[in-house]
Amino acid sequence: MSVAERWLGDWVRRREAQLEEYRLMVRAFRRDWLGVLSLLVIGVFVGGAIFAPYLTPYPEEGRGAPNLVNKFLPPSREHPFGTDYLGRDVLARVLFGGRSSLGIGFLVVIIAVAIGTPLGAIAGYSGQWLDEAIMRITDMWLSFPPLLLAIAIAAALGRPSFTNAMIAIALTWWPWYTRLVRAQTVSLRERSFIEAARGMGVSRITIIFRHILPNVMTPVMVQATMDIGSAILTGAAMSFIGLGAQPPTPDWGQMVSDGRIYIMNQPWYGAFPGLAIFLVTLAFNLLGDTIRDVADPRSRRAA
Amino acid sequence: MNEPLVSIENLHVRFRTYAGEVRAVNGVSLEIRRGEIFGLVGETGCGKSVTGLSLLRLVPPPGEIVAGRITFDGQDLLSLSEPEMRAIRGARISMIFQDPAASLNPVFTVGEQIELVIRQHQSVTRKVARRRTLEMLETVGLPDPPQIAKTYPHELSGGMQQRVMIALALASNASLLIADEPTTALDLTIQAQILTLLTELKKSRGLSILLITHNLGVVAETCDRVAVLYVGHVVEKGRTRDIFKEMKHPYTQGLLAAIPRPGSHGQPLPAISGSVPSGLVAFPGCPFEPRCAFAMEVCRQGLPPLVRVGEEHHVACYRFVA
Repeated sequence: MSVAERWLGDWVRRREAQLEEYRLMVRAFRRDWLGVLSLLVIGVFVGGAIFAPYLTPYPEEGRGAPNLVNKFLPPSREHPFGTDYLGRDVLARVLFGGRSSLGIGFLVVIIAVAIGTPLGAIAGYSGQWLDEAIMRITDMWLSFPPLLLAIAIAAALGRPSFTNAMIAIALTWWPWYTRLVRAQTVSLRERSFIEAARGMGVSRITIIFRHILPNVMTPVMVQATMDIGSAILTGAAMSFIGLGAQPPTPDWGQMVSDGRIYIMNQPWYGAFPGLAIFLVTLAFNLLGDTIRDVADPRSRRAA
Repeated sequence: MNEPLVSIENLHVRFRTYAGEVRAVNGVSLEIRRGEIFGLVGETGCGKSVTGLSLLRLVPPPGEIVAGRITFDGQDLLSLSEPEMRAIRGARISMIFQDPAASLNPVFTVGEQIELVIRQHQSVTRKVARRRTLEMLETVGLPDPPQIAKTYPHELSGGMQQRVMIALALASNASLLIADEPTTALDLTIQAQILTLLTELKKSRGLSILLITHNLGVVAETCDRVAVLYVGHVVEKGRTRDIFKEMKHPYTQGLLAAIPRPGSHGQPLPAISGSVPSGLVAFPGCPFEPRCAFAMEVCRQGLPPLVRVGEEHHVACYRFVA
């Protein structure tokens, strides 16, 4: 037996209880057809974005190369979603556009969780002045309408770009996680096992990261999944007003913005990227619902 | 006998609340010897748990230790820095609580938690920690340790959870175990098993245990010596057999009389009239005076001193002041 195999066997044995927990979750998940369907929809869009160059016969047009001869062709066998005002295949643009639109969704949520979760745990566990300080700063961020704040930050960051839009949205997003995690932490703090950990001589930092955080991850995961949808929507709104990914890089929000002028005569140009935004946002919301049900052992076992 | 492991002298703990200052512990003094089980008895709110937490310096805010001295194994605990105190918690003084289910972290397996405690205080490899974990589970009488180590706390029964807590508390060779109502949440047969386990650990490892309980039956069965607390005052202390042979303080007598017995069916239980006064009001006299059947004029005037009535038997009551 190779070292790798032995190591793997060891790992599986040590994690057996945890793996069993995951198996139960997967089983409960499969029973929920809405959850499975939304995962399927997300899978199709993510796969489409990753493998876009191999899925379309027009990868150059997808990246932005114009082909004016084919301007505004209606949907047909060669161009299932039609072509846009520069003759580019809309299906190829939608596939490539998923890269920036989905990318912004995932990245914004990852950054927001990375900033917000530890802050919330620190505030909730420490209490007193540190809690007050962190939460009042959080309140300050929350006192602005998020989209307006994101626009202001993006404008302050300089030339509009994908990165700037992402940073701007992420900065408006973290306070929600801080609040969520703080609320959870405050109730955890009084639980006996945290007191027991203190009684065992565990330091404050270790308690926060080792005992509090793993116990708040479930609600954070649920919230994060639902937020990916909203983050995509916000990202699309930013690029709709020209503050997101810049042409010729495709983006769903930007395509809807370009297509709105032609919506009466060439509806396919704006409608298909809009449909993509709609489906992905809905799918992430439904997936979040399902994860919440599945992650709670009580509702799972009853199902 | 030799020098005690722990000595608490004149401990005062106050809680500053919006309603005013609550005097939770008022001048408690006691010693715990090596290899003995010391019982701390009293009603809810009499300062038993706060006394226990003071030993770890974990009195929750707004509570604070305002006066007194706690010596553990020759060290003055109240003068140690926070990191020094952390090195003592869990390694030399451990604590177990009333509700074992809530005292274990629900997201880690039992084995992982014990390993964490071992690695917290000793720099040993994972392998060594793992071996010691299994030894500890064996020590506390759990069957099939490798299997138990892989389970999550909620998969075990209450008695098994409390055994795991004891294994966790003793994993770093603590010499003092503070057991805060360790059997209150368990049913009677399991309660007896846990108490037997504690007694065995005392004998086999020379462990000292501070057993906090409101159950005089538990005290009679397991404790070598006992102190009875009433609103933060020690009213009676001594060897368990001396105290049970002849209770001196009216409060201790009342506590024992209030235990239901076979044969007393149909008769009203002789409860102690009145209720425990809040620690908010300071009064000059004996704290038990308002409920005491033997109250005298002198009881209202000053706190009764702790007087010696037997070899190691002390009582705080004017009836025994010569």
